[in-house]
Amino acid sequence: MKSIADIKAIREKMQAQIISRDNESEANEIRVVVGMATCGIAAGARPVFNEFVDQVANRGIKHVKVTRTGCIGMCKLEPIVEVFVPGQEKVTYVHVDAEKAKKILDQHVLGGKICTEYLVGDEA
Amino acid sequence: MRELALHILDIAENSVKANAKLVTVEILVDDNLLTIRISDDGKGMSEEFLTRVTDPFTTTRTTRKVGMGIPLLKQAAETGGGTFDIKSQVGVGTVVTTTFQLDDIDRMPLGDIAETATTLLYPNCDFKWIYKVGDREFVFDTREVKEELEGIPIDSPEIIAFLKSMLKENIESINGGIII
Ligand SMILES: Nc1ncnc2c1ncn2[C@@H]1O[C@H](COP(=O)(O)OP(=O)(O)OP(=O)(O)O)[C@@H](O)[C@H]1O
Ligand code: FES
Ligand SMILES: [Mg+2]
Repeated sequence: MKSIADIKAIREKMQAQIISRDNESEANEIRVVVGMATCGIAAGARPVFNEFVDQVANRGIKHVKVTRTGCIGMCKLEPIVEVFVPGQEKVTYVHVDAEKAKKILDQHVLGGKICTEYLVGDEA
Repeated sequence: MRELALHILDIAENSVKANAKLVTVEILVDDNLLTIRISDDGKGMSEEFLTRVTDPFTTTRTTRKVGMGIPLLKQAAETGGGTFDIKSQVGVGTVVTTTFQLDDIDRMPLGDIAETATTLLYPNCDFKWIYKVGDREFVFDTREVKEELEGIPIDSPEIIAFLKSMLKENIESINGGIII
């Protein structure tokens, strides 16, 4: 059974990586923001948030930060995901699920190509 | 919502927004009774506000007039053969307690507590989870995790992934094969 004591090994590995990584500045960080108000949670935001976090963890992606926000003001379009690439305009995806989240990560966040089929106004 | 775990996530987010330093989530199963209690030491609510808070037109949010989180949980408890109670005091904190009859067919499943707990990892707010089925108990306290982390953020993806698998294992073993 895993326990909190196992964190030591993970911490030591992470500390080593932090030292070896050359000061990658926060300016290059891409932010993925998931709307997590009641309406977002009810519409399925938790698996979307977790899909991004799992992918970033499992694939060791370092320049992507997954965060959450409360109300975005568009309940009917939840789950909503906003992607902030430094130097570019914010991109808002609507009706996101875990599968779309993976595609947004691969195609847009990592590949630089906006997933136009999930944008506001293009949803069915 | 499809799971009680999603309600827990939602209600606990209220605590985080109320600047709680510590949120305690108790999930207790005793015979046919499931009790879920979420307590925080956040800013609390005035008596006047509290009497209105289960009414779906009360919120302090600005982008939308209606607060839904608390009314939805109250409704879930009452349709699941259970009870809902909220107590709060300005400057002291808030306690939300719900109970459910385990065998009530209209009761929502408890759902994925490990996912909810790992969605609630914050650098500035601690969580203590007490998960008890009969006399088997599991306690998860983020303050203990942070002590081990020596400054590495608790919401780092690697740490979240580890904690999720740790919680899944422990919860499964407490459940002992039953699905709550
Ligand atoms: N634990 C708490 N401590 C202090 N105030 C709280 C707490 N929980 C709820 N409140 C207050 O009650 C209001 C209603 O909460 P509720 O969860 O029903 O809706 P909401 O959070 O405003 O919106 P949402 O529908 O996104 O949850 C909140 O806006 C907040 O002002
Ligand atoms: S409450 Fe739904 S987007 Fe704000
Ligand atoms: Mg709320």
